Amino acid sequence: MKATVLVRPKAGILDPQGEAVRGSLDHLGFAVRGARVGRLIDLEVEAGSADEARAAVERMCEALLANPLIESYEIEIQGRGGR
Amino acid sequence: MNDRRPRVAVLVFPGSNDDRDAALALEGLGAEAVIVWHAETELPAVDAVVLPGGFSYGDYLRCGAIARFAPVLATVAGFAAEGGPVLGICNGFQILCEAGLLPGVLRPNESLRFVCRDVALRVERAVPPFTSRCEVGQQLVIPVKHGEGCYFAPPELLAELETAGQVVLRYGPGDNPNGAVDDIAGVVNADGNVMGLMPHPEHAVDPLLGSADGAHVLGSLVDAARDRSLAGVS
Repeated sequence: MKATVLVRPKAGILDPQGEAVRGSLDHLGFAVRGARVGRLIDLEVEAGSADEARAAVERMCEALLANPLIESYEIEIQGRGGR
Repeated sequence: MNDRRPRVAVLVFPGSNDDRDAALALEGLGAEAVIVWHAETELPAVDAVVLPGGFSYGDYLRCGAIARFAPVLATVAGFAAEGGPVLGICNGFQILCEAGLLPGVLRPNESLRFVCRDVALRVERAVPPFTSRCEVGQQLVIPVKHGEGCYFAPPELLAELETAGQVVLRYGPGDNPNGAVDDIAGVVNADGNVMGLMPHPEHAVDPLLGSADGAHVLGSLVDAARDRSLAGVS
């Protein structure tokens, strides 16, 4: 089963990488008020159901994929045949 | 009669690069440095543990995030739980934070630039096992070299640390190289026996290197290790 995890810097946490991207876009003439840079992790999970997969990925996020002090995460599970 | 030198483990992860400097500095201060590979599942009999700087596991995902699962880390956690002194330098600090042995986290420098220079530090806490050779208010000059040394703790946690006196070292006024919150350069855990710091004391143990101030920190650790050794704790 395919799962996608989106890890973002938490709101209120300074994101210097996003700031640098925003500055560069600005330099290119794009009107961008804000940019935040996160991380996307594609997983192939062995699980019997979407719920089981989601629960497993949630544990992965808490244990390793995100640092809850500074990052939030979103999980998307794609069904067997895709969605 | 116990006349052996105190034994200090220096852990080596794939990507560690300050392990030999740490070992050399500790030996120069009277300890016997014992190099311990990350895959070991048991610590040899040691009186203290040092996690050196470097780029363990290529800094993949987040600095220190992968190293914290190294087999040896479980034994270090046990050693720390029994009161053993554990010092993490730079990448070692990042690993201890990711492992939950220290509060907070190290983030990319605010400047997004790798910083390599001497910094002035103010000692905020002068007790064993890490800063017994220092005085509160003393200034130490020790180099930093890191890209991700911006210490961060959420406001509630930060208030706790400050109240409990867990901030050990602060960057001097105007000398914060990475944007760390409250100018924090080094912290200890609640029990005071696990410390992490971004500056590299092992690179400042001889006037020939520009400063010998790092010996105040590592020397304190060697003193504590010797006390443990003489007390027969380890």
